[in-house]
Amino acid sequence: MTPLLTTKGLSRSFGGLRAVDGVDFALMPGEIRAVIGPNGAGKTTFVSLVSGRIQPSSGMIVFDGADITSLPAYVRVRQGIAYTFQITSVFANLSAYDNVALPVQRTLSDGRSKGAVRAGVMAALERTGLAGRAHMPAGQLSYGHQRLLEVAMGLALKPRLLILDEPTQGLADSEIDNFITLVREIARSATVLLIEHNMPVVMDLADRITVFNAGRILAEGTPEQIRENAAVQEAYLGTAP
Amino acid sequence: MSEVSPAKAYALHLGVIALLFVLSFVLPDYHHGLLARIMVLAVFAMGYNMLFGYVGLLSLGHAMFFAAGLYGAGLSVIHLGWNVPAAFAAGIACGALLALVIGLLALRTTGVAFMIVTMMFAQVFYLIILYFAVWTGGDQGMVVPQPARVLVLGAASFDLTNPTVRYMMALTLFSIVLLVTLAVVRSRYGRVLVAIRENEERTKMLGYDTFSNKLGAVVLSGTICAASGAAYALLFGYVGSSFASVQYSILPLLWVLLGGGATTLGPLLGTLFMYYVIDITSGYTSAYLLIVGVALILLVLFSPKGILGTIRQRWLGWLP
Ligand SMILES: Nc1ncnc2c1ncn2[C@@H]1O[C@H](COP(=O)(O)OP(=O)(O)OP(=O)(O)O)[C@@H](O)[C@H]1O
Ligand SMILES: [Mg+2]
Repeated sequence: MTPLLTTKGLSRSFGGLRAVDGVDFALMPGEIRAVIGPNGAGKTTFVSLVSGRIQPSSGMIVFDGADITSLPAYVRVRQGIAYTFQITSVFANLSAYDNVALPVQRTLSDGRSKGAVRAGVMAALERTGLAGRAHMPAGQLSYGHQRLLEVAMGLALKPRLLILDEPTQGLADSEIDNFITLVREIARSATVLLIEHNMPVVMDLADRITVFNAGRILAEGTPEQIRENAAVQEAYLGTAP
Repeated sequence: MSEVSPAKAYALHLGVIALLFVLSFVLPDYHHGLLARIMVLAVFAMGYNMLFGYVGLLSLGHAMFFAAGLYGAGLSVIHLGWNVPAAFAAGIACGALLALVIGLLALRTTGVAFMIVTMMFAQVFYLIILYFAVWTGGDQGMVVPQPARVLVLGAASFDLTNPTVRYMMALTLFSIVLLVTLAVVRSRYGRVLVAIRENEERTKMLGYDTFSNKLGAVVLSGTICAASGAAYALLFGYVGSSFASVQYSILPLLWVLLGGGATTLGPLLGTLFMYYVIDITSGYTSAYLLIVGVALILLVLFSPKGILGTIRQRWLGWLP
């Protein structure tokens, strides 16, 4: 099987800081891959490079066999790479409904029918448990619900690769259980790249785990392998709950 | 925006149009003439609002689009002897083309740079009009000859110098643009424009080519402003460079701010209000521009959402 996503020597520096430093990475279709690592390890920068939000200093990104390194972000989204923001970035003044309608109306193949947007929006809101809040301005939702709205917007893009950047931050424990179920369900139709600090969530969901440290990949393997890896424990797990 | 109460929104807008129609028969001459002019200029404000209110792009150069319509229509009557519909179409085409070119260039910038760039282009446009005084009449402007201002439609002919005809033409244009605006802002395209205003970066990450969407909005906005200018030339019979000056770039901003940005009826309300304020105050003082300035400052300080924006926020959330 060929990977859905590959990066070769992917690098990005900010001034003198090498936030992402020569990363070779491969992701198989259908996988749930967790990316972990200490604060400032370069995880967000790495997925931002993949989604096209920022440009690499050097290196190459291949998605579904094609070089996408120089494509603008919106084209990558259209090809199936959806990114949900770590720093919640919903449209605060628009209703939850409108927030989700934006991705729904764009992915709609049957552009004419009026009911299709509504159906698509309500489906995405229901999957994330937000249907009852459809007409609230997104800015008035609780922080956890805004995180879920981000996920709903990502879902509504019908992505082939869904990148979730710390989606459980700010969720209550009960919401986290629902979230785990939701990600499993999403993974049946999409590949998931999940940046996450919550180790139980990672261990529960991930098929494989990639550990970042100081802009490089420190280790990669199954959850068991990562748990046993001494270097990882030193760099990261030692400080985890 | 949201998909609730379309019937209410359309009823309100048709009601406003009906009211303006009835006013034609009850207003005294002076106010009748003034209102015809206000409706044409409200179209200018609606065009401005399309870009400023809905997309959040503040242009300080929209006088050039109004003037493109004004001169496009006026000069094709004066120099080419074109009839009214052809001249009107020429004015609109000039504005649309100009907006396309300006959009392609100015949309490379945002924020303050966008304001400055649009203002510079408008200034260039203004100077071009003055430079080619042989054709444009320079700062004197030109009068569109009365005999040419007759609209012939089949067997019927309408004399655009007749106050009632003029009022009804202004109302027709106003109504079309109002309903088009309403349809656009309620459409999926309108939703994307508002999303760009709220958070352009996020909109890109939902797969939208925001540059093309903004370019579309500039062209739509410029075209509407040009329609207003073209109608002005044909209905009021005068083309002049003052309409291309910076004052006419700031006026639509003021009208929209006053009436309420990103509201469909705000531009009419703002234009109406401002016109009557100027009309009344200029009776007492020649420093009416000072009053315009003071109004702008008070507005930004105390009612940044304008009249309709405030009403929508406080009471009528469904207002489009
Ligand atoms: N736009 C930027 N300009 C300058 N420095 C940046 C920028 N974005 C990230 N950095 C720096 O790059 C490094 C990696 O940041 P990044 O956000 O990718 O880390 P992270 O692994 O996502 O961390 P966290 O777990 O805290 O989210 C950090 O040192 C950060 O300060
Ligand atoms: Mg991060």
